[in-house]
Amino acid sequence: MAEVTREEEWSALMRAAIDGDEAAYRQLLESLSHGLRAAARRGFVQAGAPPNDVEDVIQETLLAVHLKRHTWDSSQPLGPWVRAIARHKLIDALRRRGRRIEVPIDTMLDFLAAEEPRNDLDRQDAQRLVNDLRGRQQVIVRAISIEGKSIREVAESLGMNDGAVRVALHRGLKALAAMHQKDHE
Amino acid sequence: MKTDQLIAALAADTKTVSRPINHQLWMAIVGGAIVAALIFVFGVGPRADLAAALETPRFLYKYVLTLSLLVSAFGLTLHLARPGAIPAGWLAALAIPPVLLIVSVIAEFFLVPSSAWAMNLVGKNSVVCLVVIPLLSAAPLAAVMWTLRDGAPTHPVLAGAAAGLVAAGIGATLYATHCQDDSPFFVAAWYGLAIMFVTIVGALLGARLLRW
Repeated sequence: MAEVTREEEWSALMRAAIDGDEAAYRQLLESLSHGLRAAARRGFVQAGAPPNDVEDVIQETLLAVHLKRHTWDSSQPLGPWVRAIARHKLIDALRRRGRRIEVPIDTMLDFLAAEEPRNDLDRQDAQRLVNDLRGRQQVIVRAISIEGKSIREVAESLGMNDGAVRVALHRGLKALAAMHQKDHE
Repeated sequence: MKTDQLIAALAADTKTVSRPINHQLWMAIVGGAIVAALIFVFGVGPRADLAAALETPRFLYKYVLTLSLLVSAFGLTLHLARPGAIPAGWLAALAIPPVLLIVSVIAEFFLVPSSAWAMNLVGKNSVVCLVVIPLLSAAPLAAVMWTLRDGAPTHPVLAGAAAGLVAAGIGATLYATHCQDDSPFFVAAWYGLAIMFVTIVGALLGARLLRW
């Protein structure tokens, strides 16, 4: 079964990622983002919310997957864990937008079944809060994400060592997730 | 920022990963228990007739109650720290300590003459019980709650309450060593109140602190 294979692949990729395999991690996050996009859009449609902010929910979910990946029990498949996080973030997003959630969220998050084809509209910028990051964190997060630079390159251009850049990046990502939360209250 | 760009940033952060949440929770409970034990040893102390008490079933049964609370609450907390459904089995396990308590209360009705019931209920130091159990629970509650913030509880209030029960389990276990009231009547009333208080504090803190 294709689905079972994909579940197993996800779990294997996450295990490799937690052991430090960056390429595996990137592959996992890309694969998850596709599935999440389809699921989140369906969730928004079923709740009668305009799908403008779908990308926001995906990014929030990916951030949470990233910052909370040590809460995954590696003896279990990854899919249900990701789905629980996605469900949490989706409910949160819809609630924030004043939607009563009446549809069973489980069906809308059954994103293993369907993967929607990409189109350019999906790629539109989500409203992110990078601009609100402080000083170094903003410079570093921006360089690595938007400008696509490596840790090494950023370290050289800022005259910092790699470790310090890593620390600032991690704090910046945490701050991004926290800003989302604050933004919602 | 586009999602692909976010992914680039997340991938660059691959190597920064916290310790597994269950390890963190074990460290929190052990650390919290050690602090509580130090407070107990230096500030409260065991009852004077501890050696004699250790030979009485009523005294020992208090540990059965408090430790069964501690174990079931901690098992529940370990699960609630992760995202997902409420673990029905562990939630049901939480009923074990109250059931054991009720059994002992019923037994007490038969074993003790009715003239002594009121005395057993009121006990010798109920106020101390109400103060010291929450006091001893404070450090474990802080440690477990702080650690849960690094977890991903999708039921924050319940997770906070479970942390409160863990902390109260530690506090009550230590206090049982000091307390000279061993009647199940006393335990049901005063330990029960103190544990309920810590649990409510945990639930309120959870509602505020465990959102993510």
